[in-house]
Amino acid sequence: MMRPESTQMPVSQPSPRPVSRPVVIEARGIEKSFGTLRVLRGVDLTVHRGEVVVIIGPSGSGKSTFLRTLNYLDAPNAGRVYINGAPFGFAMRGGKAEALTDSALSMQRRQIGMVFQQFNLFGHMSALDNVRCGPMQVLGRKPAAAMADASKLLALVGLSDKEASYPAELSGGQQQRVAIARALAMEPSAMLFDEPTSALDPEMVGEVLSVMLNLAAKGMTMVIVTHEIQFARKAADRILFMEDGLIVEEGRPAEMVDSPKHERTRRFLNMVIGAA
Amino acid sequence: MWDWGTFLHYIHSPYLLTGAAISLAISIGAMAVGIALGTVAALMRMSHRSWVRQPASLYVWLFRGTPVLVQLIIIYTGLPQIGISLGVVASALVGLGMNEGAYLAEIIRAGVASVPKGQFEAARAIGMTWPKTMRVVVFPQAARIILPPLGNSFNGLMKTSSLASVISMEELLRRAELLVQVKFKVLELFCVAALYYLVLTTLWGFIQQWLETRASRSVSSQSSGGPSRSASIALDKAALSRDAS
Repeated sequence: MMRPESTQMPVSQPSPRPVSRPVVIEARGIEKSFGTLRVLRGVDLTVHRGEVVVIIGPSGSGKSTFLRTLNYLDAPNAGRVYINGAPFGFAMRGGKAEALTDSALSMQRRQIGMVFQQFNLFGHMSALDNVRCGPMQVLGRKPAAAMADASKLLALVGLSDKEASYPAELSGGQQQRVAIARALAMEPSAMLFDEPTSALDPEMVGEVLSVMLNLAAKGMTMVIVTHEIQFARKAADRILFMEDGLIVEEGRPAEMVDSPKHERTRRFLNMVIGAA
Repeated sequence: MWDWGTFLHYIHSPYLLTGAAISLAISIGAMAVGIALGTVAALMRMSHRSWVRQPASLYVWLFRGTPVLVQLIIIYTGLPQIGISLGVVASALVGLGMNEGAYLAEIIRAGVASVPKGQFEAARAIGMTWPKTMRVVVFPQAARIILPPLGNSFNGLMKTSSLASVISMEELLRRAELLVQVKFKVLELFCVAALYYLVLTTLWGFIQQWLETRASRSVSSQSSGGPSRSASIALDKAALSRDAS
């Protein structure tokens, strides 16, 4: 597991990011409880433009919930989210943070794409309609223009021949690629991936990950919750390890995967990589 | 003594035929009122806030727990006492419609609840507002669950509409009664009326079947992919472009 080059990495600086790049996502002190269960206990995250951040951690560590607070699918109980420097999900009025109305929040959500573990394609729409639905319904694009754009996006994820197919006619990997195209169609500032390959048969994981690698190479800002450690090592600029609603450790992929500083990170990685 | 001549004569009486048309019209009108009220009540009952949920539950409880005949009489003959005077047609539409809505609320709620939570979340995540999420993503998928019981409900409503005769709504049954008072051919005339109701519900049965086949096709085609698929894609596209404009 230990690789010689990783030991040469500076251990004192967990995340040396180029500060010149603008911040796309900033989360400060995010807390979330479901009933008496405290799922998030003050999580901070700053994601710069073009950065790929991968969040790993055991089940129940709060990583998916944290991702969902970033676009307010789950509103945090405490803490603030800023997207491109602007308050997200709240507005400051007279020094107090107020929750946004549904329509104002919906306007903001367009900026953040989301890909789900269970794909969640709209079952009554073809692949093409799934992709152009957002631009037409939310951005008010003309059907013809939206269709042309949707075609291009489906080509980008390698599914040009599946435009007319309904979700139930597609494999899991194909559905997830349509879902990625659907999120991209909104031209988001950043994309969130919530365990995008966890529901897939092993032989389909690769096709989805390669689309994601492609996106990363094109400079898309991404936050990814995944158990695919080797993918994380390859694609991530930074890996965060979460446990019990907190970020335990973060760092560059090589140093995180090969020589984690924290005992709990080490234990988790041994378990995940050992199982693979 | 059964008189075939009278029966056959009135079977194509314009007076009774018009009555049947009125029965159909009042049923369609009450159904429209019912669907509107039922949808609102269903959505209210799914709210997290109890002050939104409670009034809808009260409405459903009240109208499902009392006879529609009593509701009609209260609306038409009782409400004027407190200054609410509705005409015959309005009373029938309100009475039958509100009763129908209370039943449809449950049907619609079950349909919406059958749509997986992930569908809501995906729609929200691409920036759809709540109303748009319901209209574009949830209701079209709930429809195939809702349609069969909704159709049965309309079948029932066409028969229940005969109750409006007691508030002197001149629909099919009332017209048959009026004829009976003049012609004294009780059995023949009421049998003609019954036959008309039978024709209405039978025709509706065919329409309902066609509607259900069409609705399930646009979804089940996803798994079978038969020749009907291109048609349903075209339909979906038409719906999409209509929504966008």
